[in-house]
Amino acid sequence: MKAVLLIDFGSTYTKITAVDIEKEEILGTAQSFTTIETDINDGLKNALKILEEKTGPLEFSEKYACSSAAGGLRMVAIGLVPELTAQAAKQASLGAGAKVVKTYSYELTDGDVEEIDGINPDILLLTGGTDGGNKDNIIHNAHQLAKLKSRSFPIIIAGNRSCTDRVAEILEDFETFKCENVMPKLNIPNVEPVQELIRSIFLKKIVLAKGLSQAEELIKGILMPTPAAMLEAMKLLAKGTETEEGIGDLVGVDLGGATTDVYSMSYGLPQTGAAVLKGLREDYAKRTVEGDIGMRYSIKGIVAASDIMRISDLSGLSERKCEEMIEYLSVHTDKVPGDDEPDFIALDYALASMAVEAAVTRHAGKLEPFYTPTGISYMQTGKDLTGVKTVVATGGALIHTKRTGDILKHTLSKPEDAFSLKPKEAEFLVDRKYILAAMGLLSTEYPDAALRIMKKELEKNGVS
Amino acid sequence: MEKEKKKHRIILGVIGADVHAVGNTILNRALQDAGFEVTNLGVMVPQEEMIRAAVEDGADAILVSSLYGQGEIDCTGMREKCEEAGLKDILLYAGGNLVVGKVPEKEIQERYKALGFDRAFGPGTDPSVTIAALKKDLAKGRLHHHRGSEE
Ligand code: B12
Repeated sequence: MKAVLLIDFGSTYTKITAVDIEKEEILGTAQSFTTIETDINDGLKNALKILEEKTGPLEFSEKYACSSAAGGLRMVAIGLVPELTAQAAKQASLGAGAKVVKTYSYELTDGDVEEIDGINPDILLLTGGTDGGNKDNIIHNAHQLAKLKSRSFPIIIAGNRSCTDRVAEILEDFETFKCENVMPKLNIPNVEPVQELIRSIFLKKIVLAKGLSQAEELIKGILMPTPAAMLEAMKLLAKGTETEEGIGDLVGVDLGGATTDVYSMSYGLPQTGAAVLKGLREDYAKRTVEGDIGMRYSIKGIVAASDIMRISDLSGLSERKCEEMIEYLSVHTDKVPGDDEPDFIALDYALASMAVEAAVTRHAGKLEPFYTPTGISYMQTGKDLTGVKTVVATGGALIHTKRTGDILKHTLSKPEDAFSLKPKEAEFLVDRKYILAAMGLLSTEYPDAALRIMKKELEKNGVS
Repeated sequence: MEKEKKKHRIILGVIGADVHAVGNTILNRALQDAGFEVTNLGVMVPQEEMIRAAVEDGADAILVSSLYGQGEIDCTGMREKCEEAGLKDILLYAGGNLVVGKVPEKEIQERYKALGFDRAFGPGTDPSVTIAALKKDLAKGRLHHHRGSEE
């Protein structure tokens, strides 16, 4: 047996997964509270104790970790046009596993600068202009950023290459990193260089700054933010390796208490000849985060994004009752429905359904009908996911319920969603043991094993 | 400060719900061969997309094609939106089959000038004519173009 330990230092829990790499088997999983205030190793040791109570003593040959503790990787993204460089900058950061606290476009005001001081991100990404394109805006914004009080975070400069040096000069008091443009040509984002840089800054600086580095002697370092590990896992599952085939294009949903992450592994090109693709081209591996949609902290955002009538309908509870219970849950954020609480179970089912529906609808592309003299034609923005045949579910609210399949049906398009490009019909794969982030980590060294374990462990929840 | 030899940057597209692609492809080629940096948005391009592109690309001119007869409707408000987006001095050209029916070239030009376009070109205009006009206008530097102003 060759045991490998995979650790996810979460904001609340430190989750560990032990894998026998030779047999390609999960040996066990366990979790314990994250102990960032004292020593992060305490929580890890506790989790290990719990694990070894189940598995017996284990000798690990390798250990890998990811982290979303201490707020995760908090970023601010700045671009020029909201739909173009600002969007590309945001998308690049999300894809690197960051939490994008705020995205700015056009010229930063003094108020914006103050706000950024308040946010005090881990990394700031400054972009704007295609290569050879607009210079004034990024130079203006650099001058504005020079007014920041804080000098504690690094700034990545990834705008119009003609003025990268000039921008770096203006920001000479900061630690700056020059990078290739996030959108060198109009509509064609170039996210990898920015993402690599974010990853390396995360490794070198953030882990240290957040007091996570104490864990380093024990393990091979914290390789990436947790969402990046999740994204790696989804990408591997979809694409496969040279020796082991992937399962093809997929959509992933991670429903949490505060936010809902949606992933898509697909180029999302138009599936019918009638649509013309418009706007920013999207990455094969895309991640979006809905900050207003979550089962507890963002429970009211679910109501706002759907309708109390539909929540009442799905739960079988009166609107009034739903409203009362939602009020209660928004305060009692650690409430988990017990088996003897059918009302809470029913409400959570309805909320989760509406949450995934809203989040996937926002993630997927859209068609806009265009009436031409020759008849109707369509403009597509975003990805066409109608042909995607797999939806992967992870996150507490989806894996700790028996009704995962019923909830996931709401990720699919309905006949009345004619203009939404969500998957039409799909098989559901459920991450019951919560191993996806761990497999993303494992894939950095053992992609074949990670892929085969995922194929084995993800639970098929029927075809809709 | 920046005195390096700069290629002029052009946004090119066929506006509205228009799918006529041939002239667009030819113009794209011809402009590139003439040394312009062209961002071609292709067919079926809304005004807003052209304007966003021009902002991000730092464009000197937007060349709008319209072939299918709805050009005047599609081009209305374009200059105002450019101004709103901070593209104060950008050159706006229109070309193609800009109006319905047989209308003298001079009148076409007047109608499009009233819409805030700097120049308008009738059907079958050779790319060389377009390029010569562009070079002339761009050499003059950014003129202050006003709606309906005389040359
Ligand atoms: C091919 C064609 C089609 C094809 C287009 C295929 C394609 N994807 O490209 C199809 C069959 C799809 C089609 C459809 C229609 N068409 Co049609 N089509 C033509 C046709 C025969 C040729 C167009 C062409 O390719 N010309 C060759 C290129 C090189 O020339 P160009 O486009 O004019 O471009 C040059 C110059 O004008 C100039 N230029 C162009 N843009 C600009 C911009 C600037 C700024 C400048 C300076 C110069 C410039 O430079 C270009 C290069 O030299 C013309 C008739 C004709 N002979 O022109 C009708 C024509 C354009 N079509 C016409 C019509 C009405 C239609 C339809 C509405 C018909 C219908 N009811 O079904 C639809 C509209 C569909 C839509 N939503 O757009 C009319 C337009 C009438 C008008 N404007 O008053 C025309 C003129 C035919 C006619 N005489 O009635 N069409």
